[in-house]
Amino acid sequence: MKKYITRRLLLAIPTVIGVVTLVFSFIHFIPGDPVLAMLGENAPEADITALREQLGLNKPLYIQYIDYIKGLVRGDLGFSLRTGRPVLVTVLLRYPATIELALASLALALLISLPLGVIAATKRNTFLDHLARFFSLFGLSIPNFWLGPLLIIIFSLKLNLLPVSGRGGISHLILPAITLGTALSAILTRMVRASLLEEIGKEYIRAARARGLPEYIVIGKHALKNALIPVITIIGLQFGTLLAGAIITETIFAWPGIGRLLIQAINQRDYPVVQGTILAISFGYILVNLLTDIAYSLADPRIRYGEKG
Amino acid sequence: MRFFKENPATSFGVAVISIFIVIAILAPLIAPYPPEEQELSQRLAPPSLFHPMGRDDFGRDILSRAIYGVRVSILVGIVVVGISAVIGVILGLIAGYFGGFLDELLMRIVDILLAFPGILLAIAIVAVLGPGLKNLLLALSLIGWVSYARLTRGQVLKIKELEYIEAARAIGAGNLRILFRHLLPNVIPPVIIQATLGIAGVIIAEASLSFLGLGVPPPSPSLGGMLSEGLSHLIDAPHLTIFPGLMISLLVLAFNFLGDGLRDLLDPRLKNY
Repeated sequence: MKKYITRRLLLAIPTVIGVVTLVFSFIHFIPGDPVLAMLGENAPEADITALREQLGLNKPLYIQYIDYIKGLVRGDLGFSLRTGRPVLVTVLLRYPATIELALASLALALLISLPLGVIAATKRNTFLDHLARFFSLFGLSIPNFWLGPLLIIIFSLKLNLLPVSGRGGISHLILPAITLGTALSAILTRMVRASLLEEIGKEYIRAARARGLPEYIVIGKHALKNALIPVITIIGLQFGTLLAGAIITETIFAWPGIGRLLIQAINQRDYPVVQGTILAISFGYILVNLLTDIAYSLADPRIRYGEKG
Repeated sequence: MRFFKENPATSFGVAVISIFIVIAILAPLIAPYPPEEQELSQRLAPPSLFHPMGRDDFGRDILSRAIYGVRVSILVGIVVVGISAVIGVILGLIAGYFGGFLDELLMRIVDILLAFPGILLAIAIVAVLGPGLKNLLLALSLIGWVSYARLTRGQVLKIKELEYIEAARAIGAGNLRILFRHLLPNVIPPVIIQATLGIAGVIIAEASLSFLGLGVPPPSPSLGGMLSEGLSHLIDAPHLTIFPGLMISLLVLAFNFLGDGLRDLLDPRLKNY
């Protein structure tokens, strides 16, 4: 097990280096002079020189890169051009709100998709199955930038049941979580259904039925346990989609998370914050994928000892 | 034909997509008003007989703008998926067939690009290069090819060990001939499925970027941009949000239905999914 985890950690290193290099190079792809892009064409010469120095843009590229990596190791992501605060602090202050939203959406998606997927698989080709399949395609097709405003119109403005925007108690969390979680619940419903159908067709399930075990034990205890293993991977992979989706959901609901921070920073041309935010979201995603792989190998020993391990 | 009869959802998808494509091509003829024509005295007017979807913040006809918006959505979807699929398939073929250093290099690049979740990288690219249709196409294509390259490479790795490839080599077929005559045709069906579902994804991505103010810049109509404008009028003019959203959802649903149907047709093993 230890060997597998070490190997998996080592494999993540080139990816992390690649991501860091790409994010570092962003600033150099800005058309024209990046400093002018940040400060505006009419900025005083003194400010331009000062910012160029602050960002280290007057140094050779490889020195800039080494400085950037050194800064990262120390947790120094530079300073916001607008607030003057350290980027790391700005990002860390916003991250909890995004994690809260992502976890709530994940919980909601599981709450919907597990029962729906199980019902669809056990009642295959019935009305309930068609309904579940329709829900999943519908959930996949309705974009969150439409679902969010629709939910606001119905539940906040017409029915006056839930707040329009901002972060607070549970009531503030409900609409953003539905907005962000619907697509995931659609994907997971399909996955649970397909995975369970595959397990139900296997020998050991037939054997369990032949032994006269009640259906709820056959499905709940035997089939579902194995069917959920591939679902874990999908959840891990989809967590990144949740983080990216949070950018839009947070913009709609004025949710003070890292996604909204990114869009605000882009609009203000605050590139150090843009870089820091993108790095933080990507690192979060890489970490979740790493943990998913490890969780997967714990759940299915074949991965650890098989050819992939 | 029997396939369509037995799959009403796929038929629905084909029908809706056909209608939308006709709308996109004939937009200048179909749109009742010029999409950028303003009538400020009529701003936010609700739907009426002559303006079935109402008017927006500048008194512009929402139906006409939505028709042009559909045009942008479909154009971006097809162009991005086309570029991504061609680049991805070629790189995947080469990497899978030749292996070695090229394959290693490609897979490392793929790993790095996949370490950015969803449209984050596209947002980053547009943030750097600035908003606009050209940069949007570039950003979405730069992240789009990855899935096609992975898919193709996987297929090639499976197929290249089969006997008929060995036979082709034995009778003296060159690498190019094996790649394009023997491997490519077997890679095409899963790529078509992925491309159909991919168009839906690209349409959503384009609208997301436009919604965030990073896509097609105003006053050009785009469905995402229209939804973003509607956000500040949810109380007094919900029609600004409802109709463009309905159009885009219908479009995406249709491509998803078609993609699902094609998958059942071309790869029946995956029918359960």
